[in-house]
Amino acid sequence: MTRVEPSHASAGPRLAARSRGATGVSSARLAWRQYRLERRMFWRNPSAAFFGVVLPLGLLAIFGAVFAGRDEDLDVIVPGIAGMSVMSATFTSLAYNLTTLRERGILKRLRGTPLPTSSYVAGLAANATANALLQVGIVLVVGNLVFGVAWPGDWLSLAVFVCAGVVSFALLGVALSHAIPNPESAPAYVNAIFLPQILIAGVFYDTEQAPNVIRDVAQALPLTHLVNGLSGAIVDGEGVGAHWVALLVLACWGVVGGVLAVRGFSWEARREG
Amino acid sequence: MMEAMTAIQVTGLTKAYGSNEALRGVDFTVARGEVFGLLGPNGAGKTTTVEVLEGYRRRDAGAVEVLGFDPGTRPAALRERVGIVLQSCGTYPHLTVAETLEHFAALYPAPRRVDEVIALAGLEECAKRRARTLSGGQARRLDFALALIGDPELVFLDEPTTGFDPGARRAAWDVIRALRDLGKTVVLTTHYLDEAQTLADRVAILQGGLIVAEGPPDQLGASRYRVSWRAADGSVEERFTEDPTALLAQLTADALARGERLEELSVTRPSLEDVYLELTEAVA
Repeated sequence: MTRVEPSHASAGPRLAARSRGATGVSSARLAWRQYRLERRMFWRNPSAAFFGVVLPLGLLAIFGAVFAGRDEDLDVIVPGIAGMSVMSATFTSLAYNLTTLRERGILKRLRGTPLPTSSYVAGLAANATANALLQVGIVLVVGNLVFGVAWPGDWLSLAVFVCAGVVSFALLGVALSHAIPNPESAPAYVNAIFLPQILIAGVFYDTEQAPNVIRDVAQALPLTHLVNGLSGAIVDGEGVGAHWVALLVLACWGVVGGVLAVRGFSWEARREG
Repeated sequence: MMEAMTAIQVTGLTKAYGSNEALRGVDFTVARGEVFGLLGPNGAGKTTTVEVLEGYRRRDAGAVEVLGFDPGTRPAALRERVGIVLQSCGTYPHLTVAETLEHFAALYPAPRRVDEVIALAGLEECAKRRARTLSGGQARRLDFALALIGDPELVFLDEPTTGFDPGARRAAWDVIRALRDLGKTVVLTTHYLDEAQTLADRVAILQGGLIVAEGPPDQLGASRYRVSWRAADGSVEERFTEDPTALLAQLTADALARGERLEELSVTRPSLEDVYLELTEAVA
């Protein structure tokens, strides 16, 4: 560390000349900066980039190869993996990242700066949304170009369900992060919820052939309804009206997630002292 | 005291965690431009006090004013003027030192220049390295740099040199002295009494949620002198007095009358460490 140059020693007049308070930094600009920072960090983090881009592509490639030529099965996995991608881009990554940010003390550090909470949350949310759109886009494009699945029949319905999925799963992810005690146990908590859900929600196979018990359980889960809505929009060209129950269930989960996310929020890791 | 001269005013501050009364009525004032040291053993309430001032914790009772604001309401105008070095606090692992500082600089209305802060914190060699590759000492320098990037008027340093090697500590001390030379107010909590003795204009010793002593570090307990010598039977004798002149006159007269010498006679003013240990051990 070095001495301060004399030119900075005249901090007094400079401080006095500043009109503090009146010239806060615009919160919209700060949200945009936070978003760009999150994007940059996403691409620099190998595991995030892997789970965000390579995993949905890989699953699509594997199941696409297995189901090659069987249009009915391909029509299941394209909306299925699209729905799974929305969940992993929002729920999984927010639960995991917030736990880590809290444990590392980064949230506490940010709390001590002038960064408005709204700007920070907006930046995080925009980043999760961008990842969800990126992954759904990859799935649709590869599904069409490689496996010959038709382009979505109802783009509006697709947009509505992607948005509903992003909001609900993002809020649920934030809520779950409060329950995770430390980053080491985060994968266990997240996968305990994520894995069973993608297995029974009709991501990889048509649930009509599943036993009733599994179908009943699946009906209560948000991913099932997201996949149903996406399937209607992508495969059957059905509008939002045809799947309003699915939208309602997603909204209910979103409300539950929202309440838990806000009530449980903590900027600091639980520590003694 | 004039409002403009006071950086921090704390009156009757209390804070309890459940049944544990962490702060039981803390009062102190920090003047602008002063380096104020807050000392005390673990659990004495140092961090709780500082975190109330920083706006991280809500107080139960008492009045607290920081740069004229109530930190409990977390006003943005206050956060723009305060820099914080927390005890253990990470940064984004995938960003370089320079990128991290650029990002945080943008949060403040009138930040210092990034290259200037990098030089101030001694991070020139690591500016292009990602934060996760930094050593512990380098990460701590980044903490310093992040606290200074907004060009704050007031800087909180919570045990800033814990875990530093001696060279890094000296370097950190230079930064703190530089802050004082810039006219910044610094609130420093520390375990290291030499650190407080060297850097602080004034210290307060916190014990059991109360301030038990306050003043310039070399004047704490200055009224009590310790006089010691080795008696004729070989044992070490010691006396404490507020008037060493009279005590010495009496001791030497008695010794001469007995035909003895006062071997190893010494008169010492208690160091900050003596005062600290006496106060914190007596109560504990």
